[in-house]
Amino acid sequence: MAIAEVVLPDAGTETVLEQLVVDGVSRTFPSPDGGVVEALVDAQLRVGQGEFISLIGPSGCGKSTLFNLIAGLDEPTSGSIVIDGVERNGQQGLVGYMLQKDLLLPWRTVLDNVVLGLEISGVARKEAYSIARPLLQTYGLGGFMDRYPGQLSGGMKQRAALLRTILFNRDVILLDEPFGALDAQTREHMQEWLLDLWDDFQKTVLFVTHDIDEAIYLSDRVFVMSARPGRIVAEIPIALERPRSPSIVTSPEFVALKATARGYLNNAHRIGGHIVVED
Amino acid sequence: MTDTMTPRDATSASPSLAPGTSEALGRLGELRSQAPVISRRRRAAKEPSTWRVNMLRVGIVVGILTVWEVGANLGWIDAFFWSQPSQIWDTAKVTLESGDIVRNARFTFGSTIAGFLIGVIGGVSIGLSFWWSRTYALVAEPMVIAFEAMPKLALAPIIVLVLGIGISSKVAMATALVIVIQILNTYAAVRAVDNDLTTLVYSLGASRWQVFLKVVVPSVLPWVVSSLRVAIGLALTGAVVGEYIGSREGLGRMIQYAGSTYDIALIWVGVFTLALLSAFLYIAVSLAERGLLKGVIRAT
Repeated sequence: MAIAEVVLPDAGTETVLEQLVVDGVSRTFPSPDGGVVEALVDAQLRVGQGEFISLIGPSGCGKSTLFNLIAGLDEPTSGSIVIDGVERNGQQGLVGYMLQKDLLLPWRTVLDNVVLGLEISGVARKEAYSIARPLLQTYGLGGFMDRYPGQLSGGMKQRAALLRTILFNRDVILLDEPFGALDAQTREHMQEWLLDLWDDFQKTVLFVTHDIDEAIYLSDRVFVMSARPGRIVAEIPIALERPRSPSIVTSPEFVALKATARGYLNNAHRIGGHIVVED
Repeated sequence: MTDTMTPRDATSASPSLAPGTSEALGRLGELRSQAPVISRRRRAAKEPSTWRVNMLRVGIVVGILTVWEVGANLGWIDAFFWSQPSQIWDTAKVTLESGDIVRNARFTFGSTIAGFLIGVIGGVSIGLSFWWSRTYALVAEPMVIAFEAMPKLALAPIIVLVLGIGISSKVAMATALVIVIQILNTYAAVRAVDNDLTTLVYSLGASRWQVFLKVVVPSVLPWVVSSLRVAIGLALTGAVVGEYIGSREGLGRMIQYAGSTYDIALIWVGVFTLALLSAFLYIAVSLAERGLLKGVIRAT
């Protein structure tokens, strides 16, 4: 799209800087009956610059806990979050974080919403506007700048929320099921659109989803998580060539990867269930 | 039955159907054939014309006044206790010419507006302050609720004794009525602020102050604005009650004085003036609401 000659960070073929390291991170919460709930146990994650990583797993597998820890909204019980080589436990404002809901401020126009990150980091409103306007134009929100979120469709709201995350201008962005509430058709468009954005902005992306197809289609690597206690149980490298076309989902490689992922995921469900029974 | 069952066979007698199912189906069919034909109905009444509505309104008011006047003249209604429209009109003219009514209305208007502003600004500030500390909010809330439960009009004698019979005691009464409602309303609004929104803004590295200004205040404002119409009515009530207890001026004082001298027509003049003042304040606040919602919220 806008930037044509981009060297794609092909997983494994070049040495990439480790932008984000989640090192032995655990998080426990006190449970109402006096015990502890292990939301996340010994999570290990090394993410290179410009990588697209997906996390899949059953509900309650600690994906959101992990994201909150990386975003600095919560502190790990043990272990450390390392961003660009520096330990950053509990430090906010270093990564872009998009939550499940679009969370656009309803009293602000799309334009005012997407500049929120810049505004908070102290950029003058005028300058923030001059940065945001062309980007909104390029990424399909040109006609909607002065609309309020209540006037937009679900897909448009997610676009605005994602652009706000990008405009926050951090290297790492966390996307927590951003397309979960969209219909299948819109979802497919949004996946394409996200890959374009990723291409153009060279972000390091962590993406949470329930959808195996979505995870494989988008990512360089897919991590499978299990529930109760939440832990990372498998890593699946996705060696499919980029750029990927939507028709790739019917290719034998894709189908094989899907089978692998499904196997791990079913296993994850079983492990999760088993441990609960033993408790 | 030896042949393989497909889902479609389920309607015929199949072992998986509960006993009585086929009778139930048969009965449904019978009912269907006996069902009465529903005639076409008008779904909704047509909206009446504005002209018609207004004529009815004016007609009813004129009717009541006519019955009152004629009834008083014929002796059906005791004009000593109830007065009559012509008398009220004469009294109104006299008080208007002497400037009494305008002076008193202005006094009541002034204390109402002052009480309203102090009550709203104070109440909203206190309500918003609860966002900053959970401990403070938990300690203060039952006290505010206790104050709300207290009939504040019963405090009027104390307030008038302490602050005197000048305007300050009326402002204090108006404020007392408005402020508690505003605190509770604002605090409810603060608790209703979407937690995910604050989380998101924190994740962008915002300070507490930034979250307060960019999320909490704009979320709370619509609640405050929609409570203003109630607040202005309460402020007027407070001001008038303050005047009843002890005052040298004001519509409340005028009504109270008229009552003690059996000047029923003057009571009615006072009551109608209060009603006009109240309607005026209500309309003014309603108009201000729209502007406020757009203007103030966009600025944040």
